[in-house]
Amino acid sequence: MSAEAGPAGTAARPGGSTAPGAPRRRLLRRREDAPGVPRNIGWLYVLPGLAFYVLFTLAPLLHTVYYSLFSWDGLTGKVYVGLQNYRDAIVDHELIWSFIHSGVLILFYAVIPVTIGLLLTAALTRHQVRGFRFYRTALFLPQLIAGVVIAQAWTWVYDDNGPLNRGLRLIGLGSIARPWLGDFTWALPSIGMIGTWVTFGLCMVLFVAGVQKIPSSLYDAARVDGAGAVREFFAVTLPGLRGEVLVAFVLTTINALRSFDIVYNTTAGGPAGQTLVPSMYMYQNAFLYNKVGYAAAIATILAMVIFGLAAIVLRVGGDRSEQA
Amino acid sequence: MSAGRFERLGTYGVLMAFSILAIYPILSILFLALHKKTDLVTGFAVPTHLELSSFKAAWTEGRFATGFKSSFIVAATVTVVSAVLSIGTGYAFGTMRFTGDRIVFPIILLGLIFPYEATVIPLYYDFQNVPLLHINLLNTYWALILPQIGQSVSFGTFWMRAFFRSTPRSLIEAARIDGATSFGVLWRVLLPQARPAVMTMSVLVFVYTWNEFLLALVLVSGSQSHQTAPLGLSFFAGATRAGDPTKVAAAAVLVAAPILLVYLFLQRHFVRGMLAGAIKE
Repeated sequence: MSAEAGPAGTAARPGGSTAPGAPRRRLLRRREDAPGVPRNIGWLYVLPGLAFYVLFTLAPLLHTVYYSLFSWDGLTGKVYVGLQNYRDAIVDHELIWSFIHSGVLILFYAVIPVTIGLLLTAALTRHQVRGFRFYRTALFLPQLIAGVVIAQAWTWVYDDNGPLNRGLRLIGLGSIARPWLGDFTWALPSIGMIGTWVTFGLCMVLFVAGVQKIPSSLYDAARVDGAGAVREFFAVTLPGLRGEVLVAFVLTTINALRSFDIVYNTTAGGPAGQTLVPSMYMYQNAFLYNKVGYAAAIATILAMVIFGLAAIVLRVGGDRSEQA
Repeated sequence: MSAGRFERLGTYGVLMAFSILAIYPILSILFLALHKKTDLVTGFAVPTHLELSSFKAAWTEGRFATGFKSSFIVAATVTVVSAVLSIGTGYAFGTMRFTGDRIVFPIILLGLIFPYEATVIPLYYDFQNVPLLHINLLNTYWALILPQIGQSVSFGTFWMRAFFRSTPRSLIEAARIDGATSFGVLWRVLLPQARPAVMTMSVLVFVYTWNEFLLALVLVSGSQSHQTAPLGLSFFAGATRAGDPTKVAAAAVLVAAPILLVYLFLQRHFVRGMLAGAIKE
């Protein structure tokens, strides 16, 4: 961002999202404090819901951590082994590869969709788009379909005789046609593309909604300053969308790391482990290989990675970046 | 001027292209489903006439009457119970302050980024022999309902809290001065206005629950009569795809159909819920 873009650049932060000044922060704090008078009767309303949450999500997670300290086949007695499962995990090539695969999937599930979303949003902010609701209906659709159904649809799209290969042959690229999900090299990127398909619409709709909250005076100012499309994007649109981009990154990255349904129902980790992801490997260890303690260790590591990444993205991206 | 029009046309072109991209995979499997095995379909498989035999075959062979029944029971129960619970938690966090609320609320919010995969192993073993009660919940609806209520309460709390915080405080205070109890305020003053918010939450929870797969795979695989529609689809696809892909395609369309219908009629709830849910985080 050059000095020229300065005024627009600084002004493009509605809601004081990035102004880290102390007074502002205290103001936000105070607002946070405000809701409601002290009434311990609140507990009465919180307890039932909290009980379900604690019993069926928090407690099982802690229980998983506990299991991870044992060698257990799920049937006979558990043997306490301390951190042995973790020592095994860090030298387990299959597990390491499964996390590398997840890293590749993050590129497809998070980085590419966010980039596409931003580019399209930039194109859209230059003028009003009529009938965006219609496009929104279509773009949002992949979000709502069950992973199992998505897997069936894409298994057909990628099929040796499916639409993709037919399309390639039609335009004279028959030489690269192949059964994509069975291909040693292409299976993982192919699954990644499914993730891109699932998430790009969400990113786009999220960003377009975010842009509408940016005061149009900022765009007018940028245009008066003679900013072109590119400058306008970096000076006004991108800073204004910080919160949305951050949230999109967190959600899609977590999606990429979890990604069980689609992998299980397309390749089940194959061919030859090329699409094995941590959740799949955890499932195999727990329910196919009867290595329950080890599976619990994998689950624990996965949970720590997810919480860790979310914390990092939120920390790096935002000092209270939300504007809502 | 003409450059502007050209640019505008380009924008619509790009939007249209991406919209088609978003719909196409679903459309392609619908096309495939509208054939029968002997058509030996390849490529784009645009149907030339309405052939529904694959749907009929998939419905009976894949036992989807059972799958739909299970999915409806589970999704409806989870939706209703978690809505009631979330209205309670959202009301408390949104309008009251009580000892420990600052600690408990972030813990519940954690559920929004929770790796639920990491909970299935203990759920599987604990449901076989529930501690203290010594009953076996594996292969029952309860095995799917209970954990998913727990998962839905996070989003529900977050969502309803945002709603209750946005209602004017004067409304609550006036009712209290009139001597209304905390429950009276909720029931007579706030809930009548909360209907759209509750609706949005319910629609989203229903869809998430309907689509759930891993819990079903782990917790009810052993009982055919409790399998959910997505689990049934997964098994059916594994057994049938090599023999007849058109039937698998038809089954997939069937499983997606209720959600697509809900989406078409209640679209604004989806968009509003998912956007607000994402932004307000």
